[in-house]
Amino acid sequence: MGNRTIVPFGPQHPVLPEPIHLDLVLEDERVVEAIPRIGYIHRGLEKLVEKKDFQQYTFVAERICGICSFMHGMGYCMTIESIMQIEIPERAKFLRTIWAELSRMHSHILWLGLLADAFGFESLFMQSWKIREQILDIFEETTGGRVIFSVCDIGGVRKDISAETLQKIVGILEQVDKELKELTEVFLKDTSVKSRTKGVGVLSKQAAFDLGAVGPMAKASGVELDMRTQGYAAYGKLKFAPIIDTKGDCYARTKVRIKEIFQSIDLIKQCVELIPEGEIKVKVTGNPSGEYFTQIEQPRGEVVYYAKGNGSKFLDRMRVRTPTFANVPALLETLKGCSLADVPILILTIDPCISCTER
Amino acid sequence: MSIMSMSKTLFKNLFHGPFTVQYPIKKKDSYERTRGRIGIDIDDCIFCSMCQRRCPTGAIQVDKAASSWSIERLSCIQCNYCTEVCPKKCLHMENQYTSPSFGKVRDEFIKCTNTQSPSES
Amino acid sequence: MGQQTIKAISSNELLAEVLHLKNDGYRLVAITCTCKDGMELSYSFDKNYELLNLRINIGLDEDIASISFLYPFAFLYENEIKELFGVNIKDIAVDFNNSLYKIPVKTPFRKEGTE
Repeated sequence: MGNRTIVPFGPQHPVLPEPIHLDLVLEDERVVEAIPRIGYIHRGLEKLVEKKDFQQYTFVAERICGICSFMHGMGYCMTIESIMQIEIPERAKFLRTIWAELSRMHSHILWLGLLADAFGFESLFMQSWKIREQILDIFEETTGGRVIFSVCDIGGVRKDISAETLQKIVGILEQVDKELKELTEVFLKDTSVKSRTKGVGVLSKQAAFDLGAVGPMAKASGVELDMRTQGYAAYGKLKFAPIIDTKGDCYARTKVRIKEIFQSIDLIKQCVELIPEGEIKVKVTGNPSGEYFTQIEQPRGEVVYYAKGNGSKFLDRMRVRTPTFANVPALLETLKGCSLADVPILILTIDPCISCTER
Repeated sequence: MSIMSMSKTLFKNLFHGPFTVQYPIKKKDSYERTRGRIGIDIDDCIFCSMCQRRCPTGAIQVDKAASSWSIERLSCIQCNYCTEVCPKKCLHMENQYTSPSFGKVRDEFIKCTNTQSPSES
Repeated sequence: MGQQTIKAISSNELLAEVLHLKNDGYRLVAITCTCKDGMELSYSFDKNYELLNLRINIGLDEDIASISFLYPFAFLYENEIKELFGVNIKDIAVDFNNSLYKIPVKTPFRKEGTE
């Protein structure tokens, strides 16, 4: 047995976009144990529900995290709509799906860039983000915001996308598809990239289930867990199957995310074909009274929203269980036994979103 | 073995030139829907305080007595909520951003009331 | 939107119920705490996309047993609830002793005197 050393990792680290702290217990170069410490950006957004009324809170929910911003807004709105038993128009459901899938794409491409950055491939990182820029431009054109859209509202959406713009989006996506195919070859085939990801941080199917992993982390280990199959928003009318891999290593997680980007392009194209004409919003009257749990699929995995209303403008409780929070135990498990040099890549493969985790 | 998989992309980039825009010299086009900052047609405003009540961040302040409408530019989150609830539709979203500043900026608009007859106000 | 199953149980039935669910192959989705007239804890479980919630109402200062030896990853949820709400959860597998979050206020989400 070698000497044990404790190395603090974070809260500030080149690979981390957001602060999380891990105490790594090392035995020579091997990690024996990792102890997390969070709370550097705890903002108490769940508590804010007592100060902002339930309609204003939509904007707070969107600001839980910058990357899955739209999905947080959508999940919150869906929860309140369920409590108030509002049936939103079909067109709004499709529009939500389109924006949600575009968000998934931009989140995954962002993640690809960060992964490339983590193993030191700067050029690949820049190329990924260059492609992502086109999707951000779609957001700006359709919603007005590049990161925070403020288009989701209780009872529907606040902005419509014209048929012309929808066709234009499909055109842009075809271009993105072409560029991505070229770029993802590098992630999946390049020897130097593969040597950093293949066989690193293997999580078995049983372990993934036992540790409550969600999203690409679980899917890459063979656990079929995709909330989109439940058919919320317009997903019930679209044809798709969850993407599963069985290897459970970093390479498999990269592969699952890459396939999900192409799946999103396909889903958006299906949406554009199927989208019906009509209203985009119904009027909301009254205040929510009751409680509801909503599960939706974010880029990082399953997210749970819980809201409890008491019949007044202000909710009693609003809770978000975010995917990163569920993936932290799985991360700690994969860290055990890996070498110190692989720690940054392993932390990145859960696609950590610390703002989400702490709210 | 695949070791030069990136070279095709790199060669293309070499001949394409930069994809970025040299910002202060050349500005990126904004879209019609770009949410830049809130503007007001102060002459149409009836000072109903609807925007002040609905604003999620409390950036807007309306003073009916002084006929003034003011907005804290850095508190505003460009959510567009005020423009939707405005009964006179005198608030609108401009697609130009607020210029950077060193401190908090409160822009105040005061309605010029001396053209109105007493019965109107 | 389907109906949601919320099953109200008492705090000493918790471990038996959770053990039962674990043997049935349920996955723990979340533990949610609401502070209004005492603590209201919801344990959400999921199996084949069916959500099942266990609901426990306890007083502000009552103790409750930890389920972290049945579901090891519950330690994060329980530490969070312990820190933010001040619920006395006993015997958490990995107890951070109120230092998981770096927050200046003690139990910020707790509402005293709402009873």
